[in-house]
Amino acid sequence: MGSALYEKGKTVHNKRIDGPFRRFKWLVMLVTLAIYYITPWIRWDRGPYAPDQAVLIDLANRRFYMFDIEIWPHEFYFVAGMLIMAGIGLFIVTSAVGRAWCGYACPQTVWTDVFQHVDRFFDGDRNARARLDKAPWTVSKTARRLAKWAVYLAIAFWTGGAWIMYFADAPTLTVDFWTGNAAPVAYATVAILTGTTFWLGGFMREQVCIYMCPWPRIQTAMLDEKSLIVTYKDWRGEQRGSLKKAAKNPDQFGDCIDCNMCVAVCPTGVDIREGQQIGCITCGLCIDACDKVMAEVGRPRGLIDYATLDQCKAEAAGAPATPAWKALLRPRIFIYFGVWGAIGAGLLFALGTRTHTDLTVSPDRNPPYMLLKDGSVRNAYTLRLRNMEARPRDMEIAMLGLPRGAVMWTDAVSVENAAPVQVIAVPANETKIVRAYVMLPPGTDEDDSEHFAFRLTSLDEQGEQDIAETTFAMPEDDE
Amino acid sequence: MANKRIDQPTGTETVGHEWDGIEELNTPLPRWWLWTFYACIAFSAVYVVLYPAWPMIDKATAGTLGWSSRGDLAKEMTAADMARQSVFEKIAATDIEKLPGSPELMQAAVSGGAAAFKVNCVQCHGAGAAGYQQFGYPNLNDDDWIWGGTLTDIEYTLTHGIRWQNAADTRVNYMPAFEGVLDQSQIGAVANHVLSLSGKAKANSIGAQLFTENCAACHGPVGAGMPAMGAPALNDAIWLYGGTEAAVRKQILAPRHGVMPAWKDRLDPVTIKMLAAYVHSRGGGQKAAPAQPDTTPTPATTGAVAQTAEKAKTDG
Repeated sequence: MGSALYEKGKTVHNKRIDGPFRRFKWLVMLVTLAIYYITPWIRWDRGPYAPDQAVLIDLANRRFYMFDIEIWPHEFYFVAGMLIMAGIGLFIVTSAVGRAWCGYACPQTVWTDVFQHVDRFFDGDRNARARLDKAPWTVSKTARRLAKWAVYLAIAFWTGGAWIMYFADAPTLTVDFWTGNAAPVAYATVAILTGTTFWLGGFMREQVCIYMCPWPRIQTAMLDEKSLIVTYKDWRGEQRGSLKKAAKNPDQFGDCIDCNMCVAVCPTGVDIREGQQIGCITCGLCIDACDKVMAEVGRPRGLIDYATLDQCKAEAAGAPATPAWKALLRPRIFIYFGVWGAIGAGLLFALGTRTHTDLTVSPDRNPPYMLLKDGSVRNAYTLRLRNMEARPRDMEIAMLGLPRGAVMWTDAVSVENAAPVQVIAVPANETKIVRAYVMLPPGTDEDDSEHFAFRLTSLDEQGEQDIAETTFAMPEDDE
Repeated sequence: MANKRIDQPTGTETVGHEWDGIEELNTPLPRWWLWTFYACIAFSAVYVVLYPAWPMIDKATAGTLGWSSRGDLAKEMTAADMARQSVFEKIAATDIEKLPGSPELMQAAVSGGAAAFKVNCVQCHGAGAAGYQQFGYPNLNDDDWIWGGTLTDIEYTLTHGIRWQNAADTRVNYMPAFEGVLDQSQIGAVANHVLSLSGKAKANSIGAQLFTENCAACHGPVGAGMPAMGAPALNDAIWLYGGTEAAVRKQILAPRHGVMPAWKDRLDPVTIKMLAAYVHSRGGGQKAAPAQPDTTPTPATTGAVAQTAEKAKTDG
């Protein structure tokens, strides 16, 4: 039935291969997995008032810690900036080296690779695995499958378990997790991530890339004839033929001996000789395979290679092969890189110049002012004093630009202690909300309202300041 | 389906349809996708049984789990009430003047009071508690209190109301109308004297004399008022019904008397306590004086006030 509505899934049994790209893939896998599993366990001393985990997304207290950087909710633009950089970073990578992300660094690729090695460990290489798949369900096959799936599950659980370590103190959470004292959301997250890793990495694999993931579609739109892709040089390879055939008629056949090694090693099961396709994640394993075969048969390497379509065209027309890195030097990549670098530089600048104190003021609008018995006028303000240092600090609040006689007090300091300046103790790593009253003495001559500012000064050696402008409202007329 | 053919560039079979030369390639879905679809159908079948689903005439089918969003809300509200219960109990057990001594309790009381204020008080006193002068609803943010501004005073006012007929212990006083008692020029002189108390007019001896004879008994010799009997201070910058000469004359001729409901029948004591804390915290609250000789009215005064009240009622 060529016209069936649904296609039965085919398991990809990719053959083991060794070569430069495979080794690079091992390296990337090692680095990415190491970062993923080790990062939450790195300790970073921030003193007694802040967590000592180097990378921590503290959702409950709304803080994001990354080594020496601490991001507060009002600084979310740093996170937004990093997300934009990640987006543009993918644009750079795609226009420069095509789907390198898909081929090496994407978690789906990395975990699929891990699971395929588990397959190889339990069931042998390509042919053995294909045979076992078709074999009837004997006791030994069942036992083998159960053992394999148990390892899948262990890997999946470790994956999900590592994820939650980013959101709480890792050693404490580990103990809580195993003693049943962790938050329900921790168990739910681990369960969901274990399930998805088991299912997507163990069984769906290339189906995720081909049918589920939006990124290949976006990349299809972003690739052009100057982007590096993995390509089969058909002008050199065709007409395909076995060594025997080629020995008989050397003029009729190209370099491809039709050994199918490129298909056998492909982790997504595509035939690269059909050209660019959505299933090709450009991992380069077919290059390793083909180079090996070419070496064995004594033909030059690079029948399948990283190249741009333009380079292929030039090569086919007889020009000498261009080194692949030359594809990187083009305006599009420079423009992306410029934007990416500018955002990065802007973020670094903002990070370097930010102070660790912050003051925001919102005046009471209802009522805007309050006439008191003796004719003085009082305004009320809500002050938010941020102390972004991991230690408690005293902060001084002063008023700039109000007439003489203006005094201030807060909900903590009663009106008897009203003074032009107040000192407020702000706990470490916290925003203190203070309701402040400002009073002008009777007879102050102001028509409507007056602009002035609160100045926050940290009373420590840093002496950081922040100024927040606001207004003082007065009665409109004297009745 | 007779026109199926193999599409040359892709090597894929077409489905056989053709619209103005546009053909469709047959690229089959993977089978697991189909299973996902069936799984969704199975899920929905279970869901329909367990949860509210089919719309009927007045409401949807209930579902065997008996879940409803209203029920969720009720559960959350009950849980929130339970969580607040211990704080409420502590507030109930604490004497109101002792509340500020415990910052957490005071903060809880002020927050609870702010919420209750929005429901029960803003209709007259406004969302910012600033009152409405044109209607005589007093401002609760300032430091002028007709009936006293300590926590105890405010709690009493809230509990028993002002001139609230259905509450036996309500705060009552009535300023007599001077229409027909004083003539126009005398009223002008008194009004002038009243304004002079806060420096808004020049002093005049006729007005001062009339004030001493007619007004000082309640408002005091210098017009400082008497919170114990609800006589407002006249020597400050705050005027319940306006501080112009015309407004003062009007109030002497035919005084207006505001009414505030007694809340003891409608709110529980803890809510009233929290409301008092909130109003007290608006910036003008007074501290309870160590010795308060004048807080409780003497029986004689009460009698006089009650008589005046009866008179005013019959007059009105």
